[in-house]
Amino acid sequence: MVWRETRWLAPSVGSDMQVPAQFEYQRATSVEHAIALLNRHGPESRVVAGGHSLIPMMKLRLAQPEMLIDINDLTELAELHFQEGVLRLGALLRHADILASPEVGLLCPMLHDAERVIADPVVRNRGTVGGSVCQADPSEDLSGAFCALRAIAVIRGCSNGGEAYTRTVPMREFFTGPYQTVVADAELLVELQVPIFPDAGSAYVKVDRRSGDWAVAAAAAVVRLDGDTVTDVGIGLTAVGARNFVAQEAEEYLRGRTPAPEHFAEAGRIAAAHCSPADDQRGPADYKRHLAGELTRRALERAAARVGRGVTWRSR
Amino acid sequence: MTVNGQEHTREVEPRLLLVHLLRDELGLTGTHWGCDTSNCGACTVWMDRIPVKSCTVLAAMADGRDVHTVEGLETSFGLDQLQVSFMACHGLQCGFCTPGMLMTARWLLDQNPDPTDTQIREAISGQTCRCTGYENIVRSVRHAAEAEAGKAS
Repeated sequence: MVWRETRWLAPSVGSDMQVPAQFEYQRATSVEHAIALLNRHGPESRVVAGGHSLIPMMKLRLAQPEMLIDINDLTELAELHFQEGVLRLGALLRHADILASPEVGLLCPMLHDAERVIADPVVRNRGTVGGSVCQADPSEDLSGAFCALRAIAVIRGCSNGGEAYTRTVPMREFFTGPYQTVVADAELLVELQVPIFPDAGSAYVKVDRRSGDWAVAAAAAVVRLDGDTVTDVGIGLTAVGARNFVAQEAEEYLRGRTPAPEHFAEAGRIAAAHCSPADDQRGPADYKRHLAGELTRRALERAAARVGRGVTWRSR
Repeated sequence: MTVNGQEHTREVEPRLLLVHLLRDELGLTGTHWGCDTSNCGACTVWMDRIPVKSCTVLAAMADGRDVHTVEGLETSFGLDQLQVSFMACHGLQCGFCTPGMLMTARWLLDQNPDPTDTQIREAISGQTCRCTGYENIVRSVRHAAEAEAGKAS
């Protein structure tokens, strides 16, 4: 059993502690430096920021990098900007930074809903936005949120010839499987760009077994309204096996309809029918499917009720 | 790195965790080593004035940083008000979670000198009291907040 796999650290007082296998450690001094280190050390190197997924995995030997590149000094990756209708979140922003930003709460309340239910306040002081999405845990809250928001990931890297480049990937194409993303070996996620619309409202609703736990299921919704018509909608689903974390069929159903409760309920039913949750210790598949439908409905209702709340930013 | 205002220099293996550096190398055993999975919060210390779980921070990551542990709460003027309040309100039974609770609660009161019970519960929601003595912990933090407000006025 994996939990029993412990090691003795030689000079320590005789305690049966879990420590990672040996690795080398280096602090990056710039984004270019981090990418150069990744390039030099190849696939056995890993970037560490908050470390709240990677370090526990290293203790359990689920990850065993030979080189750890610490990017915590790269303050240029911890910036938050709102320009020309786009909220730009640096990958190194801590969850606590996002929650502490009234601007984010105003522009994109869904992100505050989601951040508030990620782990606990002390973990949120350390864990980062970029780390969360790059970990690509199927139960991770921000994946569904950013996919619903149609956010764009900005990735920097370095070609074999040593040429630096920047590329962008829609979050809906970012995840290639559980714990897998499009970010390649010598690449670094540097920013997430969230399009913000004055006629939109957003919300995130989650069910977990206890405070701070991973989601049993969760739903994210963005609703754009023009009078009594849903002009656009984004629906993200967490932990229920939805393709690309998105309920695409439900989005298609809702677009062009009125924001009526029966339409939101029907969108929920469609979302539930098209996801494929699995039985696990967090609950049976049929319960998760029920949650997917009900949480989609609630997220849509809440998002629609919030349309127009972020008006103050329009004056800028 | 600096721990409780005192500078320390050590050569460590990259894989050494901050909690073990503090306990085994520096002898600061006030910081407790609990679940080792960043769930229980017994190992909470401040790094650059922000509470972190030291079982999930490499000692090397604390290089050049300013670390504070529970040992640093007491000053030449005596125990911190929170320590006094935890004693007065029976905020601890076995005491295992107490150092982490104190560090998080001190940070909370520094940010928000008059928190509601809900805010206190939210602040300590990443920390497990295995005696389930949460009522008295919340009461202790309230007591400290009120005592500090009384002193200030």
